[in-house]
Amino acid sequence: MAILLLAEHNNVTVSELTARALTAASQIGAEIDILVAGKVAQGAADAAAKLAGVRRVLLAESDALENQLAEPLADLIVSLAGGYDVFVAAATTTGKNVFPRVAALLDVMQVSEIVEVVSPDTFKRPIYAGNAIQTVQSSDAKKVITVRTSGFAPEGNGAGAPVEALTAVADRGLSVFLENRIAKSDRPELGSARVVISGGRALGSLEKFREVILPIADKLGAAVGASRAAVDAGYAPNDWQVGQTGKIVAPDLYIAVGISGAIQHLAGMKGAKVIVAINKDGDAPIFQIADYGLVGDLFELLPELERLL
Amino acid sequence: MKVLVPVKRVVDYNVKIRVKADGSGVDLANVKMSMNPFDEIALEEAIRLKEAGKVTEIIAVSIGPAQAHDTLRTALAMGADRAILIIVDGAVEPLAVAKLLKGVVEAEAPRLVILGKQAIDDDSNQTGQMLSALLGWSQATFASKLELGDDKALVLREVDGGLQSIEVSLPTVVTVDLRLNEPRYASLPNIMKAKKKPLEEKTAADYGVDVEPRLKVLRTEEPGTRKAGIRVGSVAELVDKLRNEARVI
Repeated sequence: MAILLLAEHNNVTVSELTARALTAASQIGAEIDILVAGKVAQGAADAAAKLAGVRRVLLAESDALENQLAEPLADLIVSLAGGYDVFVAAATTTGKNVFPRVAALLDVMQVSEIVEVVSPDTFKRPIYAGNAIQTVQSSDAKKVITVRTSGFAPEGNGAGAPVEALTAVADRGLSVFLENRIAKSDRPELGSARVVISGGRALGSLEKFREVILPIADKLGAAVGASRAAVDAGYAPNDWQVGQTGKIVAPDLYIAVGISGAIQHLAGMKGAKVIVAINKDGDAPIFQIADYGLVGDLFELLPELERLL
Repeated sequence: MKVLVPVKRVVDYNVKIRVKADGSGVDLANVKMSMNPFDEIALEEAIRLKEAGKVTEIIAVSIGPAQAHDTLRTALAMGADRAILIIVDGAVEPLAVAKLLKGVVEAEAPRLVILGKQAIDDDSNQTGQMLSALLGWSQATFASKLELGDDKALVLREVDGGLQSIEVSLPTVVTVDLRLNEPRYASLPNIMKAKKKPLEEKTAADYGVDVEPRLKVLRTEEPGTRKAGIRVGSVAELVDKLRNEARVI
């Protein structure tokens, strides 16, 4: 059973999320090729080739693939489809953008955001914001799968695999990339951080959010998250949102500050190993899932926490 | 320009769903149902485009049981001009929905299809991308801003790490994210008026689409529950527990 794994990368190197998706792929089958589609992406291809259990890395480079636009990338994957039975991608915004397109072109019903491989054709996936887990069996000849990476540990490095260059397929020019507005940060990636500290509406303003949350994040080497309410209010950027429709995280430690705990937020973080909730309202639903709860004024408690860390 | 807005009838986002004890699914009896919140945002965007004079007609379409009539009446009350209900009983997967929508697009010839990025029941996040692929159109997913021109649309997308802007050729499929707009409530006069707007009923057979599911649901179960934790009395106690009990810092 040959598997094509789409690499999540920035042309320079591969994301740790690729190593996590590789773990899921290796539970499905053994012959795994990684596709690196980009431009001047040899660095990413070399990084992918180091991952354990990879048969080979396919490198496709073109202008249209530089930013992994959905239409040319899906066409490329479909052009390779004859050689593969299973297609796997991390459920990132790239994977979610491209894979349903691939699935439709192959007349396959995609299995989205699997959290467990039961057998090569049977998977577990959350529905209703993670309030139910469905076990589904695919009857399609080819499988198209996205992986919720928080459910799988990253694969380590192996003996090294060969990198083969592919000819990219012609771009039909349906979409044009204009600009990325990606905030540069030295903090770890939210999706793979060991510690996450998130703020909610109770922070009250962008300034307070930064003043209270960021120093603790710096001390703990934590990624910073936010509730939908905090993002909607403009206290935090959209890509910090943790929840059903934002990032799904499963860190060792998740600190929820001033977050009441709507089910949509819990959906994004209840896989954390240890959850700390700090909130003024002792009845907030977040306390029902927190390992350690601390009730009080966060503007007093957080500076104290920073001092004691 | 004609716009098509697919809307899905789902369990209301405030409802805490219950999984049936025998593992056969989620209990939907007597549960409040509403329009998928993301589709509501898509519809709102279409209405704003019409108010701005960029769109001439909004067609809402739903695929589901007869009760999805209510969802379409809501869409008409918000501002859609007419509605199409394709009646399908039982589960219908995104691939089948995309095929049915392709049939509607071929019959109605819209230049824009705008819909939610995902439905909050199955959380699949597939339909828009699949429809775009089947039509051979461009796509712009996770939109948080849309500027519609005559031949092109500028879309700001919410992506991991920040925002991305792309330009797509029309016709196109746009899927919307949370922060595109805040949907309006239907006013009472508009709810009354919506009752007179046209709502056409179709079947999957009208479009020659096989809606037989490809995924067999073997079991639906409760997620693992977390055991209740403890309350700590002070920051010092919290730091001590994290260091010496949980050993995570």
